[in-house]
Amino acid sequence: MSKTITLKINNKIITTEENSTKRLLDFLREDMDITGPKEGCGEGECGACAVIIDKDLINSCLVTIGSAEGKDITTVEGLKGTNQFDVLEKCFAEAGAVQCGFCTPGMIMAAHALLSKISKPTEDDVREGISGNLCRCTGYNMIINAILMAAKRGDGLW
Amino acid sequence: MVEGYLASTFKEALKILNEKDVIIYAGGTDLMVKNKNEASLLPKFSKDLLYLGNLSELKEIKEYDSDIKIGAACTLSSLLRVESIPEVLKKAIRNIASPAIRNVGTIGGNICNASPAGDTLPILYALEAKLKLVNINSSREVNINDFILGPGKIILNDNEILESIVIEKSNFNKIYYEKIGARKASAISKISFVALAEVSNQKIKDIRIAIGSVGPKIVRVKDGEDILIGRELKDIENLISKVKKVYSEKIIPINDQRSTSIYRKTVALRLIQYFLNIELEKLEGGNSNE
Repeated sequence: MSKTITLKINNKIITTEENSTKRLLDFLREDMDITGPKEGCGEGECGACAVIIDKDLINSCLVTIGSAEGKDITTVEGLKGTNQFDVLEKCFAEAGAVQCGFCTPGMIMAAHALLSKISKPTEDDVREGISGNLCRCTGYNMIINAILMAAKRGDGLW
Repeated sequence: MVEGYLASTFKEALKILNEKDVIIYAGGTDLMVKNKNEASLLPKFSKDLLYLGNLSELKEIKEYDSDIKIGAACTLSSLLRVESIPEVLKKAIRNIASPAIRNVGTIGGNICNASPAGDTLPILYALEAKLKLVNINSSREVNINDFILGPGKIILNDNEILESIVIEKSNFNKIYYEKIGARKASAISKISFVALAEVSNQKIKDIRIAIGSVGPKIVRVKDGEDILIGRELKDIENLISKVKKVYSEKIIPINDQRSTSIYRKTVALRLIQYFLNIELEKLEGGNSNE
């Protein structure tokens, strides 16, 4: 493999000579100072590190940067400033969907990935959409309400 | 230090594999967990990686008159979006892990990982999937049952790649799938159970039962199926105890952190009984591709 890896992160082209087996999560947090993705379990169970890669929700702890070569990666920082993020942010706040906040970046990415595929989700769709994200504070109902609220208010945005 | 090889074509990947000692990395969801290290340290891979996940040749799904060919690096999610994929396989995939894992994990990876709890495996055993293994000079086709030798053990040679999975189209009109896990998402199966039957004129023309997580390999018992093939539905009641006895001898589960041997065996036998007693009578119409 050539020494440089090229990634598109939050709309910026990044080239790096880091080891190709480095986890995308570590690359984002330590090399890029993008700390929205969190390390919870480090084995794909909790979704706290979830990012969007080429439109799909993916756990960045299970991906090496070599395998993400050439891909388009969006973290919660990249979503910030978009109309979709505005709606999600307000709905999460109003519904009380954020308590300690550790799961929130992953939840926002899961919500965005879901709404990008199903713009008018049912409650079951939402539960399925965030089924890979753990939250130990809210009991999930507030998060589900927030996403349903965002779908309604953001009608046409996704 | 461990490095990665990114081939741009399948041919190039085969060439690299022929020359170097590498670990094949498709989706990586199992490998990354197996080789997990402390946070911010490189994963503990012992050899260089060969990335296959982006090769378009391994991501194709082709439908032919009598079968469907699935590229080994198709992600589990991508299979859910293709009409020609048998509904029973989609059912199993919807119960695997979570959306974020299904978006990266591949069907080829689920097979080559050869976990007794691999959730696509019982379906692929029941559908008698054939696997195409390719090296730089030649290729061969093997039945999935011959491919997997035991937990994590497969017959893939060091210079071979699982290229595709071929599933024959079938006429099963009774389909039943059940996964028993501790919770709905991200659960590793305590038991996974699939039963397929082709019933016409109240007669069983074909039946396949495959059970996962109850032994080192997926359990499929030809002797058990043969008792039922050719019989009329009304005769089933009298055959159930005989069938259960045959399966009882072949289902030898272990105790582990997820479940116990006795639980697994009891539930597996009851699922067989449930399928034969209730589902066979109930599920009228439909077919494996519905």
